[in-house]
Amino acid sequence: MSRAAGTTEAAADQDGPAATGTAHRISRRTPESTGGLVGFGLVTLALATLPWWDAEGALQTTLVTILLYLALAQMWNLLAGFAGLISIGQQMFVGVGVYSLLTIAEDWGVDPYLTVLLAGLVAAALSVPVALFAFRLSGGYFAIGTWVIAEVVRLLVSESDSLAGGDVRSLTRASLGGYSRDARDDITYWLALALAVGATAIVVLALRSRLGLALRAVRDSEQGARGLGVDVTRTRLVVWVVAAFWTGAIGAVVLLSSPSARADSAFSVLRWTALVIFVAVIGGVGSTTGPIIGVLVFWAIDEQLADAETWRFIVLGTVAAVMAILAPRGIYGLVHRWRPVQFFPVRRRLVGRGVGER
Amino acid sequence: MTWVNAVVQGVLLGGLFALFATGLSLAFGIMRFVNLAHGDLAVLAAFLAVSTTAALDVNPFVALLVIVPGFAFGGYVLQRHVFARTMGPDPLPSILVTFGLGVVIQNALLEHYSADSQGLDAGSIETGSVRLTDEIAVGWFPLLTLGVAVAVLVALQLVFSRTRAGRAFRATADDPAVARLMGIDDRRVHARIMAIAFATVAVAGVFLGIRQTFGPADGPAALLFGFEAVVIGGLGSLWGTLVGGMVLGVAQTVGNQVDVQYDVLSGTLYGHLIFLAVLALRPQGLLGRRERA
Amino acid sequence: MSALLEIVGVDAGYGDFQALFGIDLGVAEHETVAVIGANGAGKTTLLRMLAGLVEATAGSVRFAGEDLLAVPHHRRVDLGIALVPEGRHLFPSLTVEENLLVGAHARRPGAWDVDRVVDVFPLVGPLLRRPADVLSGGEQQAVAIGRALMANPSLLLLDEVSLGLAPVTVKGLYAALPAIIGEGTTVLIVEQDIGQALSVADRVVCLLEGRISLEGTPADLDRAQITAAYFGAGAA
Repeated sequence: MSRAAGTTEAAADQDGPAATGTAHRISRRTPESTGGLVGFGLVTLALATLPWWDAEGALQTTLVTILLYLALAQMWNLLAGFAGLISIGQQMFVGVGVYSLLTIAEDWGVDPYLTVLLAGLVAAALSVPVALFAFRLSGGYFAIGTWVIAEVVRLLVSESDSLAGGDVRSLTRASLGGYSRDARDDITYWLALALAVGATAIVVLALRSRLGLALRAVRDSEQGARGLGVDVTRTRLVVWVVAAFWTGAIGAVVLLSSPSARADSAFSVLRWTALVIFVAVIGGVGSTTGPIIGVLVFWAIDEQLADAETWRFIVLGTVAAVMAILAPRGIYGLVHRWRPVQFFPVRRRLVGRGVGER
Repeated sequence: MTWVNAVVQGVLLGGLFALFATGLSLAFGIMRFVNLAHGDLAVLAAFLAVSTTAALDVNPFVALLVIVPGFAFGGYVLQRHVFARTMGPDPLPSILVTFGLGVVIQNALLEHYSADSQGLDAGSIETGSVRLTDEIAVGWFPLLTLGVAVAVLVALQLVFSRTRAGRAFRATADDPAVARLMGIDDRRVHARIMAIAFATVAVAGVFLGIRQTFGPADGPAALLFGFEAVVIGGLGSLWGTLVGGMVLGVAQTVGNQVDVQYDVLSGTLYGHLIFLAVLALRPQGLLGRRERA
Repeated sequence: MSALLEIVGVDAGYGDFQALFGIDLGVAEHETVAVIGANGAGKTTLLRMLAGLVEATAGSVRFAGEDLLAVPHHRRVDLGIALVPEGRHLFPSLTVEENLLVGAHARRPGAWDVDRVVDVFPLVGPLLRRPADVLSGGEQQAVAIGRALMANPSLLLLDEVSLGLAPVTVKGLYAALPAIIGEGTTVLIVEQDIGQALSVADRVVCLLEGRISLEGTPADLDRAQITAAYFGAGAA
């Protein structure tokens, strides 16, 4: 992915024919991107109908995890790959999602599926004061700073009497009472699918919007972006809050899909941030397709390692670290270098008579 | 236990945090490099000390003679051949590589040593203490830790201000391109700095292991405390790490009077809260100057 | 006099931008050569190429018989090439004395040490303990030249010494040049102040858009020739 392209695109105005009436126009569409969108739609459709044709539900259970990881990886990708916010504190929003569900659905009796939305709102609300502290740091120190704040939230939840973070807690039959077991499994699966597809759509749409142009300008040169009148802090804050909302909602579905939770597991940096980073990096940070590739690799490796959790971290950690050096744009970057294809219509290109392909 | 005692113990504990912070501060100050594996490296050193003391039947202090040079060498080689390739205007590659390294170390330790807690036995120094008043007794080992931290900082201070190599370090920190014009190989300077950072974190890890029991998952906490000491003291300020470490130590012991002597890495919120307060009120740290524009 | 530096057919530039085209230039030992030219003519690139900060993409450079382009830039000072960069670039967190001592990092033998620098630039004497970032422009330039001399260079590259300084300050700095040359140093000066360049140089080279447009001794050249070579006006 070329950096220079980002700035040229920033100069291009809008979609559609240029006002001057020449044969050139700005388009984001490529033949591959049309195919990519159609393919993405078909796969989404197939996945959405899975509960009817995967009768035993074995694939469905695995896919919930995979889809949640895809959603988390897209959000991390949005933060780090596009907004330059390299967070190692995303587990705080997953954990907040888990405990929002436990409190609002279990303790207060609100419908658990409605609460997924509320969990996102709680996480988004928390993310604003967090930004107040973390945005004072940059680069690697921002990364550790977010990690510290996630630790603080974990400790507060662990030691809170009302949240009982030190105990193993789960959603009881009472709060899930209105739904049959099968219906619960299916709804959880659809929620995971919606979060994954939605996360991908958010990244694609964010990049197509004015915000996307601002993000690229900021990523390419923070100073330059300021000069162009981009409010860097505000742009970052918007992305930060959106990612927190989505990650909080993912946290709620994490609890729906697992029997129980404790603060230590709900706020696990390894599970909810390290693995997510590895998925994003292996697939390709800074591209919309990368996390999809990454999560498939994650799935394939995980099948081989079965339940050996330490080996999962060792293998994925090593692969991610090596790729960060040898292929900083991940597998997507390697494919792209070999053959420049684009599956999502996110970058503007000049097309028309006499305009060479870039 | 009195407040005064808690403060005294906290100041002593600051020595350990300063040892954790020194390497982070150096790498950031000289080359703007943030090593997220720093804490896991400390824990790795402690585990290696367990194996060394068992294999050679020696005191952990003797094991330092093997582990510290080994770590320094490892830091030099890693910087030269791995970390150097991640350095540049984009912080992402270095964060990914060091974070990945930390996760791998942590899980490799878990796989090899199991999740059981380990300890290092340094003999009678661990339990001996001097009684200052009826209420306050100062342990020999915390005193030694603080002494070592101060000695390390004094030695680094002397190297930086008095020697040819130290001037080359500081010149490289100011402007690596111009330093090259003076015949300074900045890549070698960076490797030497990383060697020093690794050596100090190895000392920190072994001292942590003597002070308390530890497990493979303790690395991140060590990283966070070291980082907090750096930020509280002031980015890039060597003596700031000691001040930051002491502030952190006092926050821990005063805030948590019940288990002063025990697990300094677990559970206590107070250090984190002090860090956040400093970040909010004085982001340049206690001894730090504002960055030049 | 034997040739200390021989540049043959050198191209150089930054990325896609080429700044130098087929430069041929020889500099004899103990000679002082001034390179003049307008902004963007390639003067600074020429010096930076010699110091190793910019890579040559074609041609060859021999220095004291060695193939200079094969030497990595942090080793060029070992061979005896020291650059005083445009804009001085002192190390701001070091004191003046430490800046000078860093200049001696390569440990080349020779006559220059802190005392000798203070002899040549007396204004530096009282500043030795000061941090380098509080000096005036003229003081910084004196320290920057002193720092380069501490390497005991056989070839000293001076880039835009007069830039941004008062004429009286510039005069003071150039007054030190005879003492520097007296130590047997060959000097290559890049200077926009043509009068200053002509007064100190044995030979003048003018660059125009990355190519040498004129070469000769100050005595042989008249103003009209220089103006033509400098601005490209009437250069047929």
